[in-house]
Parts: sequence; structure tokens; C-alpha cells
Amino acid sequence: MQTDREHSLLSVESLQRVFVTREGFTTTRLEAVAGASFAIRNDQPEIYTLAGESGSGKTTLARLVLGLEHATSGNMYYKGRDVLHLTNKERRDWFLKEVQPIFQDPFATFSPLKRIDSYLYETTRNYKMATTREGIDAHVDEALHAVGLSLAEIRGRYPNELSGGQAQRVSVARALLTRPSLLVADEPVSMLDASLRMSIVNLFRSLRDDYKVSVLYITHDLTTAYYAADRIAIMLRGWVVESGPVEKVLGEPLHPYTQNLKNAIPEADPEKTWEGDASLAVMDTEEYTRTGCRYAGRCPAVMDICKTTVPRDIEVQGRSVKCFLYDEEVPEAERMQAMANGGLVA
Amino acid sequence: MSPEAAASAGMEQARVNEEARNVVEAEGLKAWYITQAYGVERTVKAVDDLTLSIREGEIYGIAGESGCGKSTLLKALLGEIVSPLTIVGGKVEYEFDAGKIDALKQTAEDREAIRWRRVSYIPQGSMHVLNPVRRIRDTFHDFIAAHQETTREKSIEMARSYLQELGLREGVLGNYPHQLSGGMRQRVTIALATILTPRLIFADEPTTALDVVVQRGVIELLKEVQQRENSTLVLVTHDMGVHANLTNRVAVLYAGNLVEEADTSTIFRRPRHPYTRYLIESLPRMGDRSERVGIPGRPPALDNPPDGCRFHPRCPLATDICRQEVPPLLPVEGIGNGTGPPHRVACFHQVDAPLEAGEIEHATEMPHAD
Repeated sequence: MQTDREHSLLSVESLQRVFVTREGFTTTRLEAVAGASFAIRNDQPEIYTLAGESGSGKTTLARLVLGLEHATSGNMYYKGRDVLHLTNKERRDWFLKEVQPIFQDPFATFSPLKRIDSYLYETTRNYKMATTREGIDAHVDEALHAVGLSLAEIRGRYPNELSGGQAQRVSVARALLTRPSLLVADEPVSMLDASLRMSIVNLFRSLRDDYKVSVLYITHDLTTAYYAADRIAIMLRGWVVESGPVEKVLGEPLHPYTQNLKNAIPEADPEKTWEGDASLAVMDTEEYTRTGCRYAGRCPAVMDICKTTVPRDIEVQGRSVKCFLYDEEVPEAERMQAMANGGLVA
Repeated sequence: MSPEAAASAGMEQARVNEEARNVVEAEGLKAWYITQAYGVERTVKAVDDLTLSIREGEIYGIAGESGCGKSTLLKALLGEIVSPLTIVGGKVEYEFDAGKIDALKQTAEDREAIRWRRVSYIPQGSMHVLNPVRRIRDTFHDFIAAHQETTREKSIEMARSYLQELGLREGVLGNYPHQLSGGMRQRVTIALATILTPRLIFADEPTTALDVVVQRGVIELLKEVQQRENSTLVLVTHDMGVHANLTNRVAVLYAGNLVEEADTSTIFRRPRHPYTRYLIESLPRMGDRSERVGIPGRPPALDNPPDGCRFHPRCPLATDICRQEVPPLLPVEGIGNGTGPPHRVACFHQVDAPLEAGEIEHATEMPHAD
């Protein structure tokens, strides 16, 4: 891990966030992000996906990365610098320029009473990216060009005059104004329909290839993740349960949970209908407080050890998996039996 | 799949529906939003001259981009007409055992009499409709008691056995909505909407904004509910993956018009309308990372739609006739054996080729799909 820091754009190490709620005399601890680790590479830009069900801690992790949420424990390094303990000045002058957010609903991002271009002007001025009027116009226009729009098209327009896809493009353009190296996009396509989804995901691909911007793409839509991402981390109740190159993790998933996710994708092909059963959680919170593996309650290949002990991350077949089925300390016969019970692919 | 196989699958579908009668018939339906502000009248033709029939026992999908009139069509089919939505022309009829019912001319009492028992509706975002201060079992009791004679014990027993049949945990009856996960709430709402065994179920984007695992649970539940009583399910969603997995027949809407209607396998394998072909081709697929482009241009504003075929400004095959005349929705000749519902297309330049082989020629300059 120590060496990774230097070579990573963003290195997240055992990050934890605990929410504590008190009702009367009872205290409930909810570990929304539980020791999650991943790294985005520095040598070339990439699209890194965080995927999982609703309530898996994806959004909390994104907010931790953006500094909107304080980490309970763990470390986070950006370009080798500790970013959990920045002064306000460092944060504003350096980190926020480098890492910019894009949010889920473009119509909630922009106030309906303000002209949409005013956000672009404000961001440019706040970060002192340009000072003269012409300079600001040129800077804004350049960012809009990167997303396939132009200042002439959106000048003086209100958000309701734009389509969902256009408004989301403007919010990407706004994020690009500070010339960031990393965009954190939290469910940027879940409010859009299929063809608009593709246009935003294609935009991320072009930002990566033509503008050398990395994207942390948070989504539950695995088909667009597969299409766009280079690497992916699958989250389950605050854990990263499987991470690695997207062709490996989604192509041949190993963790029973990833297999469940992949099986649940409705493929746009009437021939490929679902196999097996989908296993769903009845309540969101019960899995967070489970001892042992958090998936044990739903896992078809559950073993006795899963119910009592937290699995460790195992490096296997080019990815990292948090599952006892691949842990060589568990007798092989037992693991084979469990996989056969669960009907999983070994 | 070969085209022959596709055609035979289509025929099989036709055979399933051979004996079936139409449950819903809409003819020349025009549902417009008419508003008057400061003396300026604005008309949005959200559904314009639409004719369709839905057969008993089928799952009928309605697909299209946002803003193409899907939800408006559903409101019109339901007979839920609230100003500024106005029915300018056409009719919608239901046919149940008791004879035909005109959906657009029902009084409030008529509607009350058939709602939930014959015609049911699962709204968009239905996981938020449960009363937060009542336990699920009380919500079930309130619901059943509002529509038929019952006692608390009877209705809770009814709810329990129904949940059991659908494979949901009956323990949820004792919970409050906030204690359940979003997917469980959504499924409880579907159970609630269908407990009085309606013959006809309308579902508006029941899976949008749900993650894949929950979505699959909801779709499987809808299938279960539909098969239990062989009821008819009309499903509106923009998610083509859901259509592929659930529906028997799909209608593709574009800018308030029905542009193509066929059995699901034909829509995915051998669509004839350029818009449908774009729609299917633009979908990302697992195992294929090659670049896919969205549909060029954007859907027209419906207060001033283009003349002729409404798709012509975005269509690579458009010619003069498309700019001047509205293409009629006609059955494709020589397909099927004349007993099943026909494959209908509204296009002057239909493409008769399976999708893999006959890709549309993309325009050289691709505008963004906004």
C-alpha cells in the first residue's frame, strides 16, 4: 500500500465511516463504509466504477472522497498527499480544483430561478481561472466545447429550457472549468433514459481519451459500467467485495454477490432470460450489523465460517475478492462442496 | 437467432393469443395538453391519433424516450383525465365479462366500481405510496375494507395468504414502511394493488431508479401476478432490457405517435422502423465494449412537431415524402398467419433485414443525442 500511494492519482486505504444514531438510551452504529480500499492509477487516465445495490455505501464513499463527509478512520491520498487532513486553504486552492463532483439529477443541481450560464461564470471567477470578461467567456466556451455544447447555445437560458441530457452536459462542463484530473460522478445517468445514458457515458469516454480526465463513476447500472469502465469495485453494505478490471469482474465474476448482480441484469435480448433466483434483502440495515460476512444471509454457497468470521481480501485470477470460497486457509473440499451447493461457477 | 426462427417465435406468440379477445381498444386517440396563460393558448399533442388493441392475458409493453407520450397514453387508457389533459378525439374501451365499458366516459362512481377489482394501476415511484404511520397489515386492511365487505381478521388473513403465494415474507405485515428496504416496499405495493385480482393491470415505470437486483425481484413478481390469474399487464418503461425480459408484445412510441408494434422478439431482432432500429442498436450489451452511438438529434417539442413523419429530422433515410406526408401505421404484409396481432409499422422506408446484418448507415456528422 505504501508504494501504491506514489503511483496513484487517488488512493483510498481502509476508509471507514460510521453513523451513530441515538434513540433514548439505545445507540445504533451503522458502518456505512467499512474499511474500503481502492486506487485510481496515475500513469494514464481511467474510468473507475463503484457499483452495488442501493444502500451499499457507494454514495457515502463518494462523499468521503469529495470531503463532504468526515472519515471515522482510514487514509486517503491524492497524488501522494494526505487529503483527509488538509487546511481549508489547501482544500480550496488545490484539492477542489483537482477533484470535481457531478451529481445525479441535473435539475436538482441547478436552481430553476437562475440562468444556467451563471453557474459557469461563478465557478470560473471563484477559482480565478480567468479574470477579464473575454477571458472568462473563452474559458467557459472551451469547457462547453469539451461536452459538445457551446456558450452561444446556452447563454441566458434557464435549466427548464434544456433537456435532461443537455443539463447533465452543462453540469459536466461546470466540473471541467477548474481543469480537474478527477471527476466524481454519483449516479450521473440514473435519471436519464437509455439513449441519453449512452451519450453521457460516451462523453466520459471522450473526456478520458481526449482530455486525460479520470472519472470515478458511481452507478448501479452494470451494462453502462461494463461499456465504459476500465476497472470496477463492487460494493456490498460498506465493503468492497470484488475489484479489478471490468472484463474480469463483470465478465467472469467470482464473488457470489457479483454473480447475483450480473444475473439480475435485464439484457436487451428476448433470448437471454434470467436464470436462478434473485436474492434480495428484506431490510436495508440488517446486513450492516451482521457478524461474519455481510452476504452470509443471502449467499447460496454459505459455509459455517462465513457466519462467524469476516472474510479477508484474496488476490485471485487478476482481481481481489473478499470471500472464503477463494481463501486457501479453508479446506478445499469444503469450498468445493459449498460452491456445488450454491450452484456457482468455480 | 435466424430470421426463420424469429418468425416462428412470432407465430408461436400469435398462437398463444389466437383465442384471446381484446381487453383494451383505443381508436384514433388524441390526448392533448391544452393550457391558456395570459391569453396565449398552447397545445401539446402528447398522444396524437393512436390506435391499438391489447389482448387478454398478454404483457403489452409501451416503449420510447422520455417525453414521447408514454405516461400520457397510460393516463388516457386508464381514463384518468385531469385538466390540462384533454381528450380531443377517439375512444378507449375495456371489454370484460360484463360487456364493454367506455373508459373515457365513466363517472366517478363507475370508475370506483371497477378500480382495483377489474382495473389496477401501479404508479411510478410506488414505493413511496405506503402510509408511513400505519403498519403494512393496517394498510392492507384499509385498502380491502374500502372496496368490499370484510373484517380486520379476514382482510389480514387474505393479505397473509396472498403474500405467501407470491413468495414474500409474511412477517412484513407487522412492519412499518420505513423498516423495509425500497425493493420490499415496491413489492408490497404491487401486492396491494393486485390483491383484489384485477383483470387488467397498468404499471408506469415500475422499475425505474431501482438497482438491478431489486428490479429483477419486482419484474419477477409482476410476472407471477400476471400469470396467477392470466390477467393483462400493460407495462410502460423506457428500459428496453425490461421489455426484452417481460413483455409479449411491444409498442414503440415516438413524439406521441405509435411508430411500430410487434411481438417482442421481432422488435428486438427484425425491427422495421429506423427509430426502433436506433433504439435497439444504441443499447450497451454485456460482453461487448465496442462504441455505440446514441440516436442523433433530439425528440421534437410536441407543441410544434415537424410536418410529415415526426422522426424525419433525425432519420438517415428521410426523403421528400417523409417531410410532407404522415406515414400511416400499416400491418406488414406476408408476416404471420393472419390470426395473431399483426406487425404494424408507420414508415415509408421500412428496413427489412435482421438487425445484426443490416445496420443503419450513420450520418457522417453525428450531433449529440440530447
